[in-house]
Amino acid sequence: MPIVANFEIEYLQYLGTDGRLLNDDLPEFAQDKKNVLELFKQMLFVRSFDTKAVALQRTGKLGTYASCLGHEATHIGIGSAMQYDDVFAPSYREYGAMFMRGVKPRDVLMYWGGDERGNNFSGPPHDYAFCVPIATQCLHAAGAALTFKLRGEPRVAVSCVGDGGSSKTDTYAAINSAGAYTLPFILCIINNGWAISVPRKAQTGAKTLAQKGIAGGLHCLQVDGNDIIAVRAAMDHALKLARNGHGGSVIEFVTYRLADHTTADDARRYRDDAEVKSAWEREPISRLRTYLINEKMWSETEEAAWKEECGRLVDIEVNAYLETKVQPVEAMFDYLYGDMPADILAQRADAIAWEKR
Amino acid sequence: MAAITLIEAITQALAYEMRHDESVLVLGEDVGINGGVFRATAGLQQIFGDQRVLDTPLDETTIAGLTVGLATQGMKPIAEAQFDGFMYPMVDHIICHAARMRYRTRGRLTCPMVLRVPWGGGIRAPEHHSEANESIFTNVPGLRVVMPSSPQRAYGLLLAAIRDPDPVIFFEPKRIYRQYKEEVPDDGEALPLDVCFVLRDGSDVTLVSWGSQIKETLETADALAKEGISAEVIDVACLKPLDFDTILQSVKKTGRCVIIHEAAKTAGFGAEIAARLAEEALYDLQAPVERVTGYDTHIPLFRLEMKYLPSVEKILAAVKRCLSV
Repeated sequence: MPIVANFEIEYLQYLGTDGRLLNDDLPEFAQDKKNVLELFKQMLFVRSFDTKAVALQRTGKLGTYASCLGHEATHIGIGSAMQYDDVFAPSYREYGAMFMRGVKPRDVLMYWGGDERGNNFSGPPHDYAFCVPIATQCLHAAGAALTFKLRGEPRVAVSCVGDGGSSKTDTYAAINSAGAYTLPFILCIINNGWAISVPRKAQTGAKTLAQKGIAGGLHCLQVDGNDIIAVRAAMDHALKLARNGHGGSVIEFVTYRLADHTTADDARRYRDDAEVKSAWEREPISRLRTYLINEKMWSETEEAAWKEECGRLVDIEVNAYLETKVQPVEAMFDYLYGDMPADILAQRADAIAWEKR
Repeated sequence: MAAITLIEAITQALAYEMRHDESVLVLGEDVGINGGVFRATAGLQQIFGDQRVLDTPLDETTIAGLTVGLATQGMKPIAEAQFDGFMYPMVDHIICHAARMRYRTRGRLTCPMVLRVPWGGGIRAPEHHSEANESIFTNVPGLRVVMPSSPQRAYGLLLAAIRDPDPVIFFEPKRIYRQYKEEVPDDGEALPLDVCFVLRDGSDVTLVSWGSQIKETLETADALAKEGISAEVIDVACLKPLDFDTILQSVKKTGRCVIIHEAAKTAGFGAEIAARLAEEALYDLQAPVERVTGYDTHIPLFRLEMKYLPSVEKILAAVKRCLSV
C-alpha cells in the first residue's frame, strides 16, 4: 500500500543529567554563557520562592498551593524566551514563566491566599490569569493568536497545559484551530508524569504527547524539560516560526512533579518513593550547576550568596502579601459588570450595611 | 455499629451497591488508587478491581460522554465530577443526552446514571472549587437533583439514586462531609427520592434549606428555641422533582417561611419554592416569604467567602423580620 503521510517526533536535549553537554552545537543564546547563568539564577529564585510558599501553607498563612518543584527549567525557559507583547496563558503552576514576564511573587501568593487581586498582577496586562478548570486556557490562547493574525501583529500566544490537561477536549480543539488557521500559537505540554494520582501512561495510548500536534498540522517536538538549554532553544525556534507566519507548535517538555499535586494532596498514597528518588537524579538545577561550575561561570560561594539574596527578595514579597489587608465586603461585587446594574448595587449596599450592623 | 461521617456513608453506599449489582461501576478522575480527592471511593478499587473502579483521563467531557454510553448499554455508571466547578464541560452530555435519552427515543434507550458532585463553598478551597450550582440542573427536565445533608440520608439517597432508572445529579455538600458522625446501618435500605425530610417539628415558622446550610439552619432553630420560638426545619434533599406538599403543609401550619440556600439569590432554587408558595399558600402566609442566600455574584476567593455564605446571624435576622409582620 502506498504511504500517504509519514510522521516522526524529534527529541531535543543538550545537557546530560551529569551536567555534560551531549551536543556541542549550542543554540545561539547559550553560546554566551552569561545568558545561561542568568537563567540558572532565576531557577534558584523560583525554587526559593516555592519552598517558602509551601512553608506558608503548612503554617496556615496560605491556602492550597500547587508547588512547581522540579519544573524550574521548563517554566523559566518558556517565560524567558517570550517577548513582552506576546501573550501568555498559563495553567496554575508556571510561576517561573510568570516571574520572567514581570508577575511578582506577591501576586502569586495573593491568589493562593484567597484574594482575587492576585490575578490583577504586575505582569503584562494582556496576559491571562491563572486557569484552574484545566486546558480551557489553550483555546483562549488560540483565540488570542487569531486576533494577532487578523490584525497582522507579529505576536505569539503561548499556552501551558499538563500531561493530564493534554487529554482535555479543549486542548485538542486548540491544536485543531491553530492548524486550521495557521495561528501564531505555541502549546507547551508540560509532562510532569502525574495528573494528581493518574500517571502519564494512563492518560493516553499515544507514545508521546508532542504527537498530538500532528493531528492539527502543527510543528511537534519533544524536549528534555529539565534541560534549560533545550527548553529555551525549542521555544526560540517555535516563537520564530510562529512570529514569521510559519504556524504553530506543540512542544512536550518532559519533566517531573517532585512534589505533591498541591498541598491538599498526599502523593505517597499512589506513587513509589523509588520513582521520586530516581526523578531527583534528573532534576534541572543540579545538572546546570555542574555545567556552570565546570565552565568556571559559577562557584559554591557565589551560590551561597545568591541563595541568601533570594531569601531576602522572597521575604520582601511574603511580607508584602501578609501585610495586604483583606478586601472590604463590597469587593465581591466590584468588577462584576462594567456598568453596575441597580439590582446588584442594592445588594452591595445591603452587604455593607450588614457588616456595619 | 460504628458511627460514620457523611462521606463514609457515601463510600458505604457505593460498596453496598457494587457488591449487589455487577452492572454498577465507578469512574472519574483520581477515583482509583487515590480513592478520590475527598476519599469517597477510598478502598473501592482494591476491593472491586480496576474494571469496576476506573480512573479516567483528565477530561470531564470524557467522563460525562462515556457515562452516557455506559448507561445506555446496560451498565449503571456512577461518575464523579471532582468538584462542582468542573461540571461545566459535562453539561452538553447531561442536558442534550442524559436528560432526554428516554424521552427522545420514546423509551427505547434509557440513561440510568449517577453523577456525584462534591458541592459548595466554605472550605477555603481554590477558585472554581466552591460553586453552588444546583439550580442550573433543577431547571433541566428529565433530571433528578438530590443533595443529602446527613450520613443516613447520604447512604439512603445514594442507593436510591443508583437504583433509579433515570439520570441523577447527586450533590454532596463537601463542607459537612466530616461535620459529625452517626450510625448508618449497611442494610441496603434506600430512601425515597421524592420526599422532603422534616428534621424538626415547629409551629411558629418554617425554615426550608438543603445541603451544607442545614447546619446553620438547625443552629438557628436551636437559637430560636431558646427564645421560645418554635421553628420547623425542612431539608428539601430531593430538589427535583420537588415534594412541595410537605413544604406547603408546614407553611399552612406556621404561616411563615424562610428559605435558606448557598447559591446566588436570583433564579436560585429558593425562587421556585417562594413562587409556589405565592401560587398555593398566599392566603395562609402571615408574612412575606424571606430568602437568605448567597449574593448575586461569584463566590469570592476564600478570604471573603464566609461573608458571602448565609450565616446563623443572617438567618436569625430574616426570621425576626418574618415574625415581626
